Amino acid sequence: MRRQGVLADAWVSTANAVVEAGGRLVALWASERANHVVVCAAYATAEGLRWVELPLPAGATKVPDLSQTFHFAGRMQRAMADLVGVQAEGGDDRLWLNHGAWPNDYHPLSPRVSGQEMFLERAVTDYPFVRVEGEGVHEIAVGPVHAGIIEPGHFRFSVVGEKVLRLEERLGYVHKGIEKRFTQLAPLEAHRLAGRVSGDSTVAHAWGYCMALEEACGAVVPPRASWLRGLMLERERVANHLGDLGALANDAGLAFGLTHFSRLREHWQRTSHDSFGHRFMMDGVVPGGVARDANAPLLERMRRDCAQVRDEVLGLRAIIDEHPGLQDRFINAGRLRPELAARLGVTGLVARASGHAIDLRCDQAWAPYESLEVKMATHHNGDVAARVSVRFDELFESLRLIEEICERLPLGECRTAVKIPGGEAFGAGWVESWRGEVFCALELEHGAIRRCHVHDPSWQNWPALEHAVMDNIVPDFPLINKSFNLSYSGHDL
Amino acid sequence: MRRILFKILRTGIVTEQVHALQESPEVERIQKELLEILGRALCIRQVDAGSCNGCELEIHALNNPIYNLEGYGIKFVASPRHADLLMVTGPVSRNMEQALKRTYDAVPEPKLVLAVGDCGCDGGIFGESYASCGRVSNVIPVDAVVAGCPPRPVEILKAVLGLARRVR
Repeated sequence: MRRQGVLADAWVSTANAVVEAGGRLVALWASERANHVVVCAAYATAEGLRWVELPLPAGATKVPDLSQTFHFAGRMQRAMADLVGVQAEGGDDRLWLNHGAWPNDYHPLSPRVSGQEMFLERAVTDYPFVRVEGEGVHEIAVGPVHAGIIEPGHFRFSVVGEKVLRLEERLGYVHKGIEKRFTQLAPLEAHRLAGRVSGDSTVAHAWGYCMALEEACGAVVPPRASWLRGLMLERERVANHLGDLGALANDAGLAFGLTHFSRLREHWQRTSHDSFGHRFMMDGVVPGGVARDANAPLLERMRRDCAQVRDEVLGLRAIIDEHPGLQDRFINAGRLRPELAARLGVTGLVARASGHAIDLRCDQAWAPYESLEVKMATHHNGDVAARVSVRFDELFESLRLIEEICERLPLGECRTAVKIPGGEAFGAGWVESWRGEVFCALELEHGAIRRCHVHDPSWQNWPALEHAVMDNIVPDFPLINKSFNLSYSGHDL
Repeated sequence: MRRILFKILRTGIVTEQVHALQESPEVERIQKELLEILGRALCIRQVDAGSCNGCELEIHALNNPIYNLEGYGIKFVASPRHADLLMVTGPVSRNMEQALKRTYDAVPEPKLVLAVGDCGCDGGIFGESYASCGRVSNVIPVDAVVAGCPPRPVEILKAVLGLARRVR
C-alpha cells in the first residue's frame, strides 16, 4: 500500500490520471483526525494499491465531486456526508444511510460524539425517488421487507406494462453503526466485527481487516497461516457459488437445482464446521494468523469432498446447460454489456462476466495466491447466463485450489503475535472475496482504532444492477438480482 | 429430462438416508414431533431487521433436503398476513424499526415471535447505538429466542419446536 496526500485542486486530476493509466477506484471514505477531516480514496493501479488523502482545512465541509469520473462514487460520497458531514460539491445531496432516525447534523463518525446517543422519538422519513413521467408509466414499490428470506432494501420500479423503464434502489436499512463500533473495540478483537460485516463473506472481510492490522503493526504472518486463510477463502467461495447456483436454477423454475446444490452446500458447511469450528468459518481468521490448524485427516477429507463435489457439479452443469426452459430465462436476461460495465466500474464476478479480467488473486496476487497461479474465469455476454457460467468456472477452479493447498500446505506455525504500536499507524487490506474485492483501511492511534473503513464490493455493483434490469420484465428481476447477489449489510454497515 | 430423473433416482431421499450423520436422528425426531403437535402447516414469515445475513443463510438451510422443513408441514410464506410465526434476525436497526413494527402488526392473532441469533437475543457484537435498537424484544414482543452466531439449523428447528410445544 502506498499512502500519499494531495491538495484540493489535484483531487479530481489524480482520479482522472488513475483512469487514464487503466486503474480504478476501490473505495472512498473520510476520516476525522485532530479536528480536521481527511477525505480518502483507494485506487487500484498496476503498481498495487494507492491510498490518496485530501486533508481539508478545519471547518471545511465540501470536497470536489468524483462521481463524474467514477459513477459509483456518488453513493459513497453521500454516505460520507451522512457519517462525517463532508459533502461533494454539486453531487447528489439526498441523504443515503440516514433515513431520518437521527438528526441531519448528527455525524456518527465524528470523534465528538460517542455513537451511543439515542434519538428514540424520531421516525424514518420518505425518500425523494426520481419519478418517471409518461403515459402508462406506473410505479411498483418493493421492500424493505421482501417476500423471501432476504436482507431488507427498497426497490422502486417504474414500469410500462411488464417492462422496467427504471429501477431506483434505496439502501441503508441495515445500517447498524459498524464503523463507529470499530472505534470502540480493541484492535486485537475487532476482526470479529469485520467478520460480521457480511456473513456470507466473513472470511474475506476478517482477512481484509487482519491484513490491514498486520501491515499497521509490521507483523509477518507465517506461511502456513496464509495458506490456511487461502483455504478458508476458497471454501467460502465454493459455499456461496453452490448456494447461488441452486437459487438461480430455482428462480428460473427448476427446483431440482436448488435441492441438489443446497444438499451439496450443507455437506460442504459441515466439513467447514468440523475443520475450522464454524459452518461459515467465522472467527477463523485472527490477527497474526488463523485460529485453528488443520490436521492431515481433515485435509484428506477436504480433498475427498472436492472430488465428490466436482463430480456432482459437472453432472448438474450438464443438466442446466442443456435445459431449454432454464437457458431461455438465463440468456440475455439482465445484460450488462462490457462498455457499460467499464463505465460503471463494476468489480468481482459481475465484472468478469462482462468481459473485464479483474481478479486480485491473479493481478495483485498476495500470499498464498502468488504461488498458486489462479486461472481467472471470464465471459463476454454480461447476462445472467454469463454470470452463471463464471460461477461454475470459479467453483471448479476453487476446488482445484483447495486440493493444491491441501497438498502443498507449508509446515510451521499458524499464528504469530501482533504487537499494537503506541503511535499513529496505517494499514490496508485488500482481498478477492467470492463477490469481488473487499477492502479495509485501518488507522491506529494510542493503541486503539481511530478509524476503520470496511468496503464491500456491493458498493460498486449495486448501481450496475439498476442498469442491468432496464428493459427486462419485472418477473425477471429476482433472477437478475440473484445473479448479482449483492450484500445489503456489507453496503449499509 | 432423462438426466434429471437419473440424478433424482441415484440421489434418493437424503432426509432418510443420513443416519450416519451425527445430527440427523435428532432432525428426524424434531420433525415428527412438530407434525404431532401442529397437525397442520406452520407458516413462518422471516424478517431480517438488521442482521449480517449469516442467520439468513442458516434459515435458508432449513429448506435443504437434509432438514427438509417443508416436507414436514412448516413453510416460509411471502406475507406476514399468511404467517403464524415471525422469525426475526439481527439487532433491529433504527432504519428497520418501523418496518418491523408494521410487519408484526400485519400478522394475524394468535402470533408468535422467535428472535434468531445472538444479535436478535441481546444485540450481539453491534449492541445498541444511534443506529441500532439492539435486541428484537426492544421493539416487538418476543416469545422465544435462539442464541448462536449464527445458530445452526438444528438449533433453530429445536427453538421452533419449543415454541410450538408451548402453545399446544
